[in-house]
Amino acid sequence: MSSSTVVQDPHGHGAGHDPHQQHHFTDMEQQFDTSKIGMWLFLSTEILLFGGLFVGFGLMQARYPQEFIEAHEHLQRPLGALNTVVLLISSFTMVMGVLSAKRSDKSKLVIYLVLTILCACIFLGVKYFEYSHKFEEHLLPPRWYHAQPGDTVHNPDGTISHGYGTFFAFYFMMTGLHGIHIVVGIILLTWLVVRAQRGEFSKSYYTPVDLVGLYWHLVDMIWIYLFPLYYLIK
Amino acid sequence: MSTHTEHTHEHADHGAGLYVKTLLALLVLTVITVGASYVDFGSGNVVIALFIASIKAILVALFFMHLKDDKPVNAIIAVAGFLFLGIFLMFDFIDFGTRDNLRPVNFNGMPVIVGASGASGAPGAAPAAPAAEPKKE
Repeated sequence: MSSSTVVQDPHGHGAGHDPHQQHHFTDMEQQFDTSKIGMWLFLSTEILLFGGLFVGFGLMQARYPQEFIEAHEHLQRPLGALNTVVLLISSFTMVMGVLSAKRSDKSKLVIYLVLTILCACIFLGVKYFEYSHKFEEHLLPPRWYHAQPGDTVHNPDGTISHGYGTFFAFYFMMTGLHGIHIVVGIILLTWLVVRAQRGEFSKSYYTPVDLVGLYWHLVDMIWIYLFPLYYLIK
Repeated sequence: MSTHTEHTHEHADHGAGLYVKTLLALLVLTVITVGASYVDFGSGNVVIALFIASIKAILVALFFMHLKDDKPVNAIIAVAGFLFLGIFLMFDFIDFGTRDNLRPVNFNGMPVIVGASGASGAPGAAPAAPAAEPKKE
């Protein structure tokens, strides 16, 4: 396409167009929309990544219904609920950060980004607490699982059912992968704080804030499904 | 949260109020779903939990992720992700739901893992070889 609207000035950036605009885009809005489409494509692959694990979880739950119900009693429901609330609040601070960026409010943007990081750290702290409890109790994948007092299902050969460990294998796999996403989010948010401090974002250019925001909301959304499926199943 | 005086070009600016309302709705739904989990609805519990989770996810997508005011192409991409996940789920459960035996036809029993402390029996008593558990019953 011919980008005749762009002033052809390859060396003097800032002349005739926004300094953030790359030359293969018609204007800033097209550039912003393009970035957003790319982010959404990435997010839909994330949905499929976690979706595969959710399907596996569902199938194993159909295979070991009794074991899964007994195993989930070992998860601490209040901690799961606390983490849900923490992540929801972090989503709110994130979207407020995007709004601040949109309004060129640098100081509020930094504050909201830092609050989001803080929530993410609280989430990981609670997760660490939960994980260490499970390691102590040997609530682990089948190979390392130790029978608990409430376990009632046995294999035909008399050993404890593999279903218990399978539950925790999925638990660690899915919450672990989710936790890795939180860690990546913290790194991205820190990068945004540094750039925001330098005053790089304003209403004319805040694409990175917006895209990290979308990522962060997706991580929140995944937890919205993880929480009831692991902590609240009956 | 100062009231905005200038218009920030094309992108809709609802202000913080919408986000506060969304957050409150999400928190209320969280309380409801935790509360419902303590009541026994039989198999309805899973349905209720997933239904509430889906409402929460939709709220996040529409308002926090701005799909409501965004260009439709982004919503199409997002819905496509869930659509294909739905197809994946559907065929897996059709397959699983129509089997008499959930085990593969060539299943010869779980291998006994050496060193696994599987509870009831002493670990040493378990045969070290990957013994097949009797298939006939």
